[in-house]
Amino acid sequence: MATLVAGARRLWTEDPRKNPNRLVYILFGVGAIIFPFIAQAISGGNGGFLIGVMADAGVYMLLAIGLNVVVGFAGLLDLGYAAFFAIGAYTYAFIASDHLAVTPLDTTLHIPFWIALLVGLFMAALFGMILGAPTLRLRGDYLAIVTLGFGEIVPRVFRNLSEWTSGVNGISALDTPELPAWLNGPWSGDALAIAAPFKIIDPMAYYVIMVLLLTGCVILVNNLIRSRIGRAWMAVREDETAAAAMGVNTVQMKLMAFAIGAAFSGFAGTFYGAKLSLVSPENFGFTVSITILVMVVLGGMGNIPGVMVGSLLIYLVIFIGLPALPDYAASLATSVGLDDLNRANGEFPGIAQEVQRLKFLIFGLILVLTMLLRPQGLIPSRVRTQELKKGTQEDSTIVDMNAETAS
Amino acid sequence: MRPLPSLRIARGRYLDLAFFLILAAFAVLLLTKVVGGGPSYFIQILTFGVANGSIYALIALGYTMVYGIVELINFAHGDVFTLGAFISLFLLPILGLQEGQTGPGIVLPLLAIFVLTMLACGLVNISIERVAYRPLRRAPRLAPLITAVGMSFVLQGLMFLWKGPFNLHYPKLLPTDQITLSEGATIGVKDLIVVVTAVVLVAALALFINRSKLGKAMRATAQDRDAAELMGIDINRTISATFFIGAALAAAGGMIFGLYYNNVVFDLGFSAGLFAFTAAVFGGIGNIPGAALGGLVIGLVGSFWDGYFDSAWTQVIIFAILILVLVFRPTGLLGMRVPEK
Repeated sequence: MATLVAGARRLWTEDPRKNPNRLVYILFGVGAIIFPFIAQAISGGNGGFLIGVMADAGVYMLLAIGLNVVVGFAGLLDLGYAAFFAIGAYTYAFIASDHLAVTPLDTTLHIPFWIALLVGLFMAALFGMILGAPTLRLRGDYLAIVTLGFGEIVPRVFRNLSEWTSGVNGISALDTPELPAWLNGPWSGDALAIAAPFKIIDPMAYYVIMVLLLTGCVILVNNLIRSRIGRAWMAVREDETAAAAMGVNTVQMKLMAFAIGAAFSGFAGTFYGAKLSLVSPENFGFTVSITILVMVVLGGMGNIPGVMVGSLLIYLVIFIGLPALPDYAASLATSVGLDDLNRANGEFPGIAQEVQRLKFLIFGLILVLTMLLRPQGLIPSRVRTQELKKGTQEDSTIVDMNAETAS
Repeated sequence: MRPLPSLRIARGRYLDLAFFLILAAFAVLLLTKVVGGGPSYFIQILTFGVANGSIYALIALGYTMVYGIVELINFAHGDVFTLGAFISLFLLPILGLQEGQTGPGIVLPLLAIFVLTMLACGLVNISIERVAYRPLRRAPRLAPLITAVGMSFVLQGLMFLWKGPFNLHYPKLLPTDQITLSEGATIGVKDLIVVVTAVVLVAALALFINRSKLGKAMRATAQDRDAAELMGIDINRTISATFFIGAALAAAGGMIFGLYYNNVVFDLGFSAGLFAFTAAVFGGIGNIPGAALGGLVIGLVGSFWDGYFDSAWTQVIIFAILILVLVFRPTGLLGMRVPEK
């Protein structure tokens, strides 16, 4: 039995033919298709909530894939990634709602969602370039600190410029995405297609859009990483000086990674704003940036399927698992006959409250333990592991040969 | 193709010039406001800024020392600061100190609590390093960063569990007398105590780092860990000592914060830590006098912006200054230009 486990482990970690990436992609594809049916089945026909949750998880997956380009591929630590997310969401709020009427501009814009996605993308990329151009010559952690500062500034600016952004209240009633006119057929909900443009309100529609966007982005990033640019990024990540000596324009490459990462974030932000129909400066703080970074590192930096798994797991833990924990603890106490635990008793506030208080602690422990057990992430980049491993093996052979000659 | 070097120097000078022009413009703007505000208000803002800056400086020292020696942004450091406030709050009634007590009788117990708090937080930080950072010393660089974030959540969670999500009242124990400098201009004794304590601690640290054997070992380890190890320095012990001293200073800052503001809450360390970290970078990360100076500057900028401009923008200004400093002087105010390891 033990040998079997060891064999399976060796196969999983070493055999180049059994790269888990393909398996993960297949699982994700199948899962994405059958998830709506499962959700409908287990909730008795009211799967809308679960499907909506998954669409939200998709937003974080997009963010993690984008941050992975910056941190995982180009090796630039970005601690203010949520700023670009905020820029994307606010861009959508400005160009697709009645809000501009209450700003000094006194007019309204209603750009269709599909075009707004691109606008949000370019706005975020633009800000990424503006921030990146003067600061990317900084090395290592100084860049992390600049991005941290930027990430703190952006939500506060949105909060303070209340004349333009309604301050802490945020902007609400954003436009609902509509299908393009040429798609308004009988399938749009009205059999005779007489109704005005079809509004996307159903969570299922968001889910489908998210799956399509994610598929597109994963293909795009996979192609990018195999291109000349992707190889340049990896060269910069491993050794910037050596990359520059080989003729890689390091500043340009870093700027490109930064802008592409920001673009992903803006893209996700636009989608997020449209789905929630509300943006507020409180949703884009440092905690969001750190959460996305945790998703990337925990999943396996530089490996797209790993990052996707990491983001899904962390999302489920933070937004589904931990909030549900108190109720679960309460019902567990009831079912094992410890009903007393559910009542407040002096200092003890009842088990649900107690678990509620433990949430921070539990999340922290999860982070520390997973990192200690798998510092390279859940599904690390296979190529990189092998390269590094091969390097050390060669080193050890050299040492051995020297030892032999010495004796 | 060799005219580049001279171009480089010129560009550096332009950047420095632009940086100082921005500083000068800000100073002029501030000056006009200050003249309009009157001297007593100015003194008030100044003392507040210096006191606040001293607290930031104490926290910033821990960030800068830890970064200097293991190149880790220790996200849990701000929470060690809060832990200092919490532990001292817990110890106060045990040593019989209560709200409103005055007189020379409270000096000794206060000092005892001060030392105990520093020791306790130092030990906590050593164990954090032992459990969460040391096993990852050879791991990918971001792994310890994530465990640091995790430890920050753990510390916050523990304090939340201990005292709940409320603002806690911290007993008023420092004298509230005012020293009159001239007509209308006064300085609180409380502010003076805060500043003097911070100065004493920073001076002690500087002496320790520059004169003691362990301090020498720390400097050597920060410069080149492998070479230091070859010279017979016990790396693990040196790093533990660094974490201990950093946490002790932060804990001192936490207790001073409690005594000064009389109000603490479990997630206090988040924003205080962020500002202190900014201060450390501002002074040139890894540089000890720089961190102290950076803390002072951040405290002053904060209080002057609060006092003379719109306080809603204070944090934006502080972070904008951070970015500008890094763009124009990438190694901070006192940072030396050293090649990356």
